[in-house]
Amino acid sequence: MKTRVVKRPTLRFGERIYLSAVVKGLLLTIRHFFGVCRDLLNWKNKKTAITMQYPEERWDFKDNFRGAPALVMDQFGREKCVACQICEFVCPPKAITIWPAEFADQQNTIEKFPDRFEIDMLRCIYCGYCEEACPEEAIFLVKEAELVHTDKQAFIHDKKKLYEMGGIREDRILKWQHK
Amino acid sequence: MTFVLGKLLNILIVAGAVLPGIGAVMVWAERRVSAFMQDRLGPNRVGPAGLLQPIADLLKFIFKEDVIPGHVNKPLYVLAPALSLVPALIAFCVVPYARGMAIAELNVGILLVFSISSIAVYGVSIGGWASNSKYSLLGGVRSSAQMISYELALGASCVPVFLLVGDLNMEAIVQWQKAHCWLVLPLAPAWIIFLVSSYAETNRLPFDLPEAETELVAGYHVEYSSMKFALFFLAEYIHMTTASALSVALFFGGYELPFVTLPEGVWGTVLSGLIFFAKTSFFLFLFIWVRWTLPRFRYDQLMRLGWKILFPASLGMVVLTAGGIALWEAFR
Repeated sequence: MKTRVVKRPTLRFGERIYLSAVVKGLLLTIRHFFGVCRDLLNWKNKKTAITMQYPEERWDFKDNFRGAPALVMDQFGREKCVACQICEFVCPPKAITIWPAEFADQQNTIEKFPDRFEIDMLRCIYCGYCEEACPEEAIFLVKEAELVHTDKQAFIHDKKKLYEMGGIREDRILKWQHK
Repeated sequence: MTFVLGKLLNILIVAGAVLPGIGAVMVWAERRVSAFMQDRLGPNRVGPAGLLQPIADLLKFIFKEDVIPGHVNKPLYVLAPALSLVPALIAFCVVPYARGMAIAELNVGILLVFSISSIAVYGVSIGGWASNSKYSLLGGVRSSAQMISYELALGASCVPVFLLVGDLNMEAIVQWQKAHCWLVLPLAPAWIIFLVSSYAETNRLPFDLPEAETELVAGYHVEYSSMKFALFFLAEYIHMTTASALSVALFFGGYELPFVTLPEGVWGTVLSGLIFFAKTSFFLFLFIWVRWTLPRFRYDQLMRLGWKILFPASLGMVVLTAGGIALWEAFR
């Protein structure tokens, strides 16, 4: 390997007394200081400050973010889940429990619906297998990621809570419409 | 009798309220300014702009258990925080912080400050020694070496001031500056030496080797907790306040402004106090500003700077000033 000889730079007097470098450093830090001061006055358009004021400001998650799993309805407000229990079967930590029920009238193309649908968020590992496996596109991982409760029971999301979190999602197939 | 009562009131207000108050606000300012310089925000939740943070800190300090480790030398261990804080408070007494408002108008003035602040080194080194811990001991030893080294440069850098003014009384120095000009103009190099040495004297970055978090955990106060630690902490900030106030009084015109004549009476006193406070605040800000800009010196660099550069330079300044005055007197 060829040796590269780096010549030590000869410092001028101004550089050797160190004070000019000190002043340069001081100017740099004060620029950041005033940058954050300006940001505080105009927080919407901040340029220097990088702190996120957490409870007020939140992360802007991407659409494929894997947060808590939730059930969705189609654009007519009908539940899409047909209680096939594939998600329950595929769920690695066995967080999902479904109690299926049959429709009394048998008029629709749909035969079953989940009577109770529970996801234990203390077990859930946010893997997204349920979303992948669902043949009806009824369960999705939404952007909600901060689950904080004071009792364990609250971590078990029931059907009402799951629909609340999932909301309405555009359905392309509309199985209910076809005979 | 009224004289004694007035002095007592003065002492109570300055040592009991103003200096600890400044210390508390400085803790807040330190955290906020450092945050701003690193593009962060710092504590801004407790009270408006986080201003009540020091009170929250104080409450925490008071309610924490006051642990005295089993391996310490107990009397010295308990004594050290007080030995560190009291000189810091005493040293402020000769500073004329408003017109005619110095606690003690001594004709030895600044010499008292130097002698008292030399005692402060005992607080730190005894704290380090009594803790019986290697980190504390190293911090204490370093601090005594550092303070003794820089005391020389600090003292010698003030001599040109005395030469020009011809008086050691702080009040007289301020009045001389009112009559002529700020002493920083003719004695700028002396002021720079004074400033650098005062940073070393107060154990502040770039000379905070007694604490040196990265090497010594926290240096001399590793073994301290609760209010004992708070006293060390407060002492550092009061030392800084005293150093800033001295810098203002010796080199930046004290409580007077150039080209402005303050009114007589109470309002003049209040105004002069505010002017002094504003000037001191700038220097306190400079302390924080420098701390969050410069990295720590290495120990050999520190000693080299103190003994081989600052001390000879300050002596040179004395000779130059004396020569200049002699020439001026000869050819006038």
